[in-house]
Amino acid sequence: MSVFVAFVLAILNAMLMDNVVLSRFYGICSFIGVGNRVKSATSMGLAVTFVIVLATVVCWPIYTFLLVPAGIAYFDTVIYILVIASLVQAVALFIRRFSPSLYRGLGIYLPLITTNCAVLGVVQSNTDTGLDFLSSLANGVGTSLGYFLVIFLFACIREKFEGTNMPKAMKGVPIALVTAALLALSFYGLQGII
Amino acid sequence: MDNAIAKPSKKEAFLAPLLKANPLFVLVLGTCPALAVTTTLEQAIGMGILFTVVLALSNVIISALRKFIPEYVRIPSYIVIIATFVTVVKLLAEAFLPELYSSLGVFLSLITVNCIVLGRAEAFAQDNPVLPSLLDGLGNGLGYTIAICIIALFREILGAGTLSFGKTFTFIPQVTIPLLKGDTWDYSMPLLQQPTGAFLVLGIVIALIAVIVNFRAKQAKIKKEEVKE
Repeated sequence: MSVFVAFVLAILNAMLMDNVVLSRFYGICSFIGVGNRVKSATSMGLAVTFVIVLATVVCWPIYTFLLVPAGIAYFDTVIYILVIASLVQAVALFIRRFSPSLYRGLGIYLPLITTNCAVLGVVQSNTDTGLDFLSSLANGVGTSLGYFLVIFLFACIREKFEGTNMPKAMKGVPIALVTAALLALSFYGLQGII
Repeated sequence: MDNAIAKPSKKEAFLAPLLKANPLFVLVLGTCPALAVTTTLEQAIGMGILFTVVLALSNVIISALRKFIPEYVRIPSYIVIIATFVTVVKLLAEAFLPELYSSLGVFLSLITVNCIVLGRAEAFAQDNPVLPSLLDGLGNGLGYTIAICIIALFREILGAGTLSFGKTFTFIPQVTIPLLKGDTWDYSMPLLQQPTGAFLVLGIVIALIAVIVNFRAKQAKIKKEEVKE
């Protein structure tokens, strides 16, 4: 039972207290680029969630049972990025086969997940800090849920900017960053609850 | 003239990314490390140097191999080349600059997925000779270093109130310059050291640059009209 409670707390911690975008700064590029439409933000969030969890599940055994016994643990980044790129490709094929409409909806965002630093960041920090499998999984699930939550909230806010009268210089990226700052401030208030 | 468009001059390849096409301020690429490692100026300088090395070396290798890499596997090939250089730089930093290595942490590995590196490979190195590619890599790396140093300056001076050296680069003597915070006074804003401050400073700096660019465009337009009249 206590294992289960610790698992849930670790997920909550990675999702809210140490949010992936707003306090660890992973995946800002896609956050700023995609997060201006609720629909595309939701699709992107779902796809990234799926890939992060899958990558965590696949990369942890590869590191522990292949790279470390073979003595090439320093090669981890190269292996991870190859695994992530293949996973993204596999997910794209899978989605195209079973749900062509979702595939069309995701469009260009699918291949771009490879270069989303949230995926590599989670996998790399899991093995860098020496987490065990369950903690890694909790970190992966929590991080991806946190990403989904924040990109959705952010897109909802940014849709309201359309047609608002704001200084020309603030339009586009600057106002998005200031919005992110305010969101980060509210998430900062959650720190230290657990 | 046609030649100049197809092949930008070496000088242009190096100078353009410093200000006019700055990868962070103008193109808004590579924002993740720009927000994460800019709490102190020293960290930003360290990140900038390591980033420039990776970018220049991967640009050179990709441009040297541009005739051998088949087009349909080019992206995976580039990523593997970049990841290899990141690993090399990571091992070197761990051996010679252990403080820098531990303070940058996972963001050193994340250079692999920094959009600027892959972007330069796609946009420049894959169809230009080795020397211009090297200059392009150095210019972009330097432009990025300048950009993150500006952000770090704001965040360290306003957020911590002091400017300190010698903590990350241990081979220089430790100095702390009190600016907004001394023994008896403290006007610093610790919020800027938090994640919120990172977003806020980057947003405001990009907005200020947009103000300057807009102002200069307006001035140029007025001048043009005066000449016409």
